[in-house]
Amino acid sequence: MNPALRRIWGLVYRHVALYRRSWPRVVELMYWPVLQMVVWGFISSYIAGLTPGSGTLAAGALLGAVLLWEVALRSQMGFALSFLEEIWSRNLGHVFVSPLRPRELVAALMSMSVLRTLVGVLPAMVLAWAFYGFGLFSLGPVIVAFFAALLMMGWAVAMLVTALILRHGAGAEALAWSVLFGLTPFSAVFYPVAVLPAWLQPVALAIPAAHVFEGMRAALLDGHVAWGHLAAAFALDGMWLAIAAAVFMRQFEGARVRGALLNIGE
Amino acid sequence: MSALIVENLRKTYPPRRNAPPPRPAVDGLSFRLPMGETWGLLGGNGAGKTTTIAMLLGLLVPSGGSILALGHDMAKDRFAALARMNFSSPYIALPHRLSVAENLRIYAHLYDVPDMEQRIATLATDLNLTELLDRPAGDLSAGQKTRVALAKALINRPALLLLDEPTASLDPDTGDWVRGWLERYSAESGCAILLASHNMAEVERLCGHVLMLKEGRILDQGSPAVLTARYGREDLEQVFLDIARGTRAETMA
Repeated sequence: MNPALRRIWGLVYRHVALYRRSWPRVVELMYWPVLQMVVWGFISSYIAGLTPGSGTLAAGALLGAVLLWEVALRSQMGFALSFLEEIWSRNLGHVFVSPLRPRELVAALMSMSVLRTLVGVLPAMVLAWAFYGFGLFSLGPVIVAFFAALLMMGWAVAMLVTALILRHGAGAEALAWSVLFGLTPFSAVFYPVAVLPAWLQPVALAIPAAHVFEGMRAALLDGHVAWGHLAAAFALDGMWLAIAAAVFMRQFEGARVRGALLNIGE
Repeated sequence: MSALIVENLRKTYPPRRNAPPPRPAVDGLSFRLPMGETWGLLGGNGAGKTTTIAMLLGLLVPSGGSILALGHDMAKDRFAALARMNFSSPYIALPHRLSVAENLRIYAHLYDVPDMEQRIATLATDLNLTELLDRPAGDLSAGQKTRVALAKALINRPALLLLDEPTASLDPDTGDWVRGWLERYSAESGCAILLASHNMAEVERLCGHVLMLKEGRILDQGSPAVLTARYGREDLEQVFLDIARGTRAETMA
């Protein structure tokens, strides 16, 4: 195996081994997405029953939004919490004096983010299909692109959170859970961008998720792929990932100057 | 050949807001650690040992000076050096929930160790860890954790090993076992070792040369025997106290 890939695998193995030894951690990954799906599933059934036809479409859009937003949330948390695991176990010192490059650390955290997202979201998707008759894959292959765009957005936000943890220490760790929830109102998850006030719409359109959810609604309600929104989502992902990577590297080097890597968990 | 060439190494931490400018933590350190030798880094709390080791490992960016580790400039090419170095400290843990074998596998991957399972088995035999391989690292005693930390530090057959208080919090018997093991390992492997310790008997036993640090500077250096004779003392602990308290410096001046 290529040495760089092996180093990335080394860090992924560390987390996989941890999950293999701890079933409560695996359950915790699935718990919230499944709970969300149960609650929103009943709400959607209620809405669909109120006005058959348009209500059914709205209910489908709601369930799709819940599932896809979980992808962004789990992606961001998967990255940031995997980094925090290293801090909590006071192992970062060993990791940072190994030949693991910062970009390989990021690649490992992204890999863990994908694994944690799949383990967390797939049971919720199965639940939506089995109990509420909502199959996200009925949207077609474009769903994979939606998934990828939201994963990337989660990574960008998580890299910024990790940069804040490098800057401010474990005191910033609460952001690992909460920061993406703060973007929900502007990400057009449950309603179109057009619903937002005019002055807020440019803010929403700078967020990749807003384009993904506009695209999802176009696929669900109109039955067509909104390529423009999809392209915009990936272009914005690229831009935000580049900005987040630059901020992360700046904070990483700053932490090396301040000596913060020696006592980041304190 | 030198394992480490340190020239005029300096570190002043960035000032904190509304605080007076900090004094240098390391102030013009220069030394050459030859391959195959074990050197000690001695000094009281705040003397600059941890800062020095952190800079040697690339965890901390120096304010000035240079470090050449195993022929690699740590400012430009630290990862090439880190692949052939390793480090052990009782103050940095290994993931507690993972087994000893899993912990060692992680580092075997990170250091791209060939024949991983064979290497782990060899280290487990050498360090009496075979019975512990499947046990969670967090369940081990302090002495067992120290042996696991040593196994992690040796997983890549390092040419340069940095040890921070390798026998801290160990009982005398286990401490003696670790020191004996390090003596044998150093002699057999030709590995250069830089050891920071507060245990003077340990330094006298293991180190051929000692750097005495105070306020970030090398105040004196030499073999334990030479230092002891130079200060007219019976052992290194008394020399350490002279230097730490500045008593000998005054009388020598």
